Amino acid sequence: MSMPFYMSPEQTMRDKADYARKGVARSRSSVALQYSGGILMVTPNLSSVLHKISEIYDRIAFAAVGRYNEYEVLRKAGVTYADVTGYQFDRGDVTARGLANWYAQALGTNFSEPAGKPYEVEIVVTEVGLTPDADQIYRISWDGSVSDEPGFVAFGGQADQVSAALKEHFTDGMSLTEALAAALAALAAAAPAAGANGNQPELTAANLEVAILDRARAHRTFRRLQGPRLEELITQARATPEQQESAAEPEGPSDSSNGSTEPPTGPSTTGDGTPK
Amino acid sequence: MEGFSNGTGQGQGAFMAARIPSFTHFLSSYAPDLLPARSLGPLAGSADMAADLIKNLPHATTIVAVVSERGVVMAGDRRATAGNMISKRDVEKVFRADEYSAIGMAGVASVSLEFIRLFGVELEHYEKMEGRTLSLEGKANRLSKMIRDNLMAAMQGLVFIPLFAGYDVEAGMGRIFSYDVAGGPYEEHRFHSIGSGSIFAKSALKKYYSDDMPVTDAVLACVQALYDAADDDSATGGPDLTRRIFPVIATITDDGFHRLSDAESADYAQQVVDGRMRSPDGPIAPLRAAS
Repeated sequence: MSMPFYMSPEQTMRDKADYARKGVARSRSSVALQYSGGILMVTPNLSSVLHKISEIYDRIAFAAVGRYNEYEVLRKAGVTYADVTGYQFDRGDVTARGLANWYAQALGTNFSEPAGKPYEVEIVVTEVGLTPDADQIYRISWDGSVSDEPGFVAFGGQADQVSAALKEHFTDGMSLTEALAAALAALAAAAPAAGANGNQPELTAANLEVAILDRARAHRTFRRLQGPRLEELITQARATPEQQESAAEPEGPSDSSNGSTEPPTGPSTTGDGTPK
Repeated sequence: MEGFSNGTGQGQGAFMAARIPSFTHFLSSYAPDLLPARSLGPLAGSADMAADLIKNLPHATTIVAVVSERGVVMAGDRRATAGNMISKRDVEKVFRADEYSAIGMAGVASVSLEFIRLFGVELEHYEKMEGRTLSLEGKANRLSKMIRDNLMAAMQGLVFIPLFAGYDVEAGMGRIFSYDVAGGPYEEHRFHSIGSGSIFAKSALKKYYSDDMPVTDAVLACVQALYDAADDDSATGGPDLTRRIFPVIATITDDGFHRLSDAESADYAQQVVDGRMRSPDGPIAPLRAAS
């Protein structure tokens, strides 16, 4: 009884794309945006140990939405790609563009394979330059398509709404507080009912994952913002209505040795399922 | 950068396969030729020629490390020698391994540099893959295996020996680990030195060291000990006041790894040299222990 049916390639691809799109649509939206001191990445995440945002290399970070097990594999592959390239040549020779292309190839190859399922992920690769002009943000989709997003990007479930909101709030050269205010405003624009998660709780330090690539740091620029530091920033961001006034730039994340024993990437404990 | 974009299906599969979070382990199957050569194979030419060649490779010399209050201090002189010649006056032998550890080297300089680079990537790779830093013992053990893997090459003359020191975040103190060509690690208490001038440096440290030294005193003790090593060992370089070349000094404390600036290092060296103008053999230790 197992007669294979004929499926046109167009139909196969469409089915796969629909499948992947639905998978990604179930996830919450995330944003990455430039600020004067680097790049800020914000995503709702109830788990403090299963990360959606991670360090790849000295100046490169990774953010993803979709299925945790799938993007975790891609994150580790990216770290390996970066470490091998940097070891073979020089640390400065590892770039976000190279990594984005690598991801595009990996995802594209997987997507066009006749058997198997497509990845249900969307990935953003960011790189902080020595000057804001050199900052880069790339977005890679489940089918391997890459786009270069100047300034900011929203991705995940309701990327269109969030992106539209972010566009309204984003300006060049924002301070970290202003950028966080813009990110929070954009994430709040995701319609509460449309997501699979039902009503959207208020975004607080407890259910947000926030990280930056800090231009001012030497060596590894990736830093997570969490705990009291994040709470304080959120309070400041909420007090800054619509970035009308440039609040005093909080210099917290720039002092490189604040004695934190926290590794740049948080602990990865084994857990169950996707962080919401 | 197109460097590894030639990852065709096979390469990409290797990058995505589940595996242990060791960079060296990954390279050993993915691209073993990128790792340091484990053995030189049968040497072409005569054994004499090979021995002569290896002897004339630049060798790095003396490293000292001292446990201090809040951490540990490591310092190295700047000389590299090739046989009886000075091949480089301003070589660096003390490096950051990661945020809470440092590594210094003695032996064939080129091989050491390659290992130190690999070791740094190894630590960082684990940290990024697993989302936590290795324990200090974990780092010391990993280094041991890497040295053990170099044993064949060491027996052919490419010998290098590291000194590893770090701040143990869990124990809240500085610790020092030494090695031999076959590995280790051997934990050293209070202070240690490796390299050609180590006999003199260690003897000197024995007299300079006291428990719970402040970091600044530990730095001074290191610079004094290096001066004593340079005094009696031709392969160790003393402070070069004319060219302004001074020891590389790193402190690893609860604040993390910090390499002293050239100016700071010059300051300590100047203090030591000034003292030696008055007392060429350095500070005199009390003959009888204080009761």
